[in-house]
Amino acid sequence: MTFSAWISEPINWIFLLVGLVVLASGFRVVTAKNVVHAALLLVAALAGTAGLFLMLAAEFVAWVLVLVYIGAVIVLFLFGIMITRAPTGQDEGLDSEKKVVPALLSVGVFVLMAWGSIDAFGTTLVGATGDPISTELIGESLLGRFVIPFEVVSFVLLAALIGSITLARKDLTPIEEEEGRRV
Amino acid sequence: MTGFATDLFANFWVSLAAKLALVATMIPLIGMVIGFAEMKLSAKMQSRIGPYFAGGRWGWAQLIADGVKFFQKEDLIPEDADRPVFKSAPILVLVGTVALFVVIPFGPGLIFRDLSVGIFYALAISSISTIGVLMAGWSSANKYSLMGGLRAAGQLIAYELPLVLAVVGSVIMAGTLSMSGIVEAQIAAGYPFVILQVVGFAIFMIAALAELTRIPFDMPIAESELVMGYLTEYSGFRFLFFFLAEFANMFTMSAIAVTLFLGGYWLPGIPESVLVFAGPVILIGKVAILSFVMIWFRWTFPRFREDQLQTLAWKWLIPIALANIVITAIFKVLF
Repeated sequence: MTFSAWISEPINWIFLLVGLVVLASGFRVVTAKNVVHAALLLVAALAGTAGLFLMLAAEFVAWVLVLVYIGAVIVLFLFGIMITRAPTGQDEGLDSEKKVVPALLSVGVFVLMAWGSIDAFGTTLVGATGDPISTELIGESLLGRFVIPFEVVSFVLLAALIGSITLARKDLTPIEEEEGRRV
Repeated sequence: MTGFATDLFANFWVSLAAKLALVATMIPLIGMVIGFAEMKLSAKMQSRIGPYFAGGRWGWAQLIADGVKFFQKEDLIPEDADRPVFKSAPILVLVGTVALFVVIPFGPGLIFRDLSVGIFYALAISSISTIGVLMAGWSSANKYSLMGGLRAAGQLIAYELPLVLAVVGSVIMAGTLSMSGIVEAQIAAGYPFVILQVVGFAIFMIAALAELTRIPFDMPIAESELVMGYLTEYSGFRFLFFFLAEFANMFTMSAIAVTLFLGGYWLPGIPESVLVFAGPVILIGKVAILSFVMIWFRWTFPRFREDQLQTLAWKWLIPIALANIVITAIFKVLF
């Protein structure tokens, strides 16, 4: 498919627009001079990604992205930033001297993934029926064929949960413990 | 409908514009009706008269007068405020509200869009408003606002979990995430799910009250401590946006509770052919009852303390909701 044929489809304009919004906000996340702005731009980037998933008919994944990342992860980010240090205006201390290596690294990852997917699939369309992927199917395959990886992931998350509680807990010295028992 | 009108509404963009226009008129209307009910009911509960002069009888035009007043007011933005964030926060909060209307079934086939992930979409999209509240709190460059925003964030994260978990019981019983599918499952079963999901319903309503930051969960805007919390610096139509979003959210949260637990647009004994017309009336009637209960709570209970609020969510509501899911799932498999 040539580029002119691709661009003549209106659905591809929307894809291009959303993709550019994701790219631009992703770029601004790293260059923003205010840490809260960076977090909010990350919201825009994630919302755009959810939009891309919607266009790929992956409805469930798109809303998981909104619920988990925008609704919980970013809210916790913002919560953490605001409870510690969040001045309005510019913050020059945010800039990092080391720019070349991370830039090369991200371009490298992009090239690797783009090359990998083009090499694997080329121009073949995968599952292009146009129907949204049903949530029942996802549920059944998670608790059927993929039940062991699913349980392993939840086990890892449980370990992380217990670990974070242990880290956050304040360890009392023997004297404090003694006093605590007396009270 | 005539052939031309059918053709016109079959066009995606035309029907989208019509739906948007409908929601855009519904939200101010709902805001005014619930806002007026709140004023009059609170007056009744405190042996006052409430709004009396605007519009003649009962002061029915009070909310219209308030709306006009908000639009005339100056749009104040504090000197140190982060202007783009400050300006877009109320819009984001209202977007979260508008988006919730998409999946509420008003009658058989009367739904803006019957998404197959319906209730999951509703829970996901309502979290957008949380970001708006945090943006409002931070960008005002005011300590009271920031404290209000932080309290709101802590509260909304804590109560999103019981809200999501309480829904699961109904979803297991219905076997679908689609909002109209859940109502149809209740019609097929012949009883509203609240009969077997009393626990789920109670947890959902408590968590919904907290998500709406209404008394007894209104610490984010506690007047006696935080002036007006994250709303402190807002005036004019931006304040109106928050105000409308609060009351419209009362409607959508009640409508979701009605759909999941109280049979939605359905009443026992009413045939399908009547439901097409009576559905919206039945739904709005049930929503009105739940909204009344919310207003009643507000003027009855004192405010929680911040630690009591967190204890209630993490130590009581979440474990009970999890137990409810396990028990519902066992019964679903057994029977």
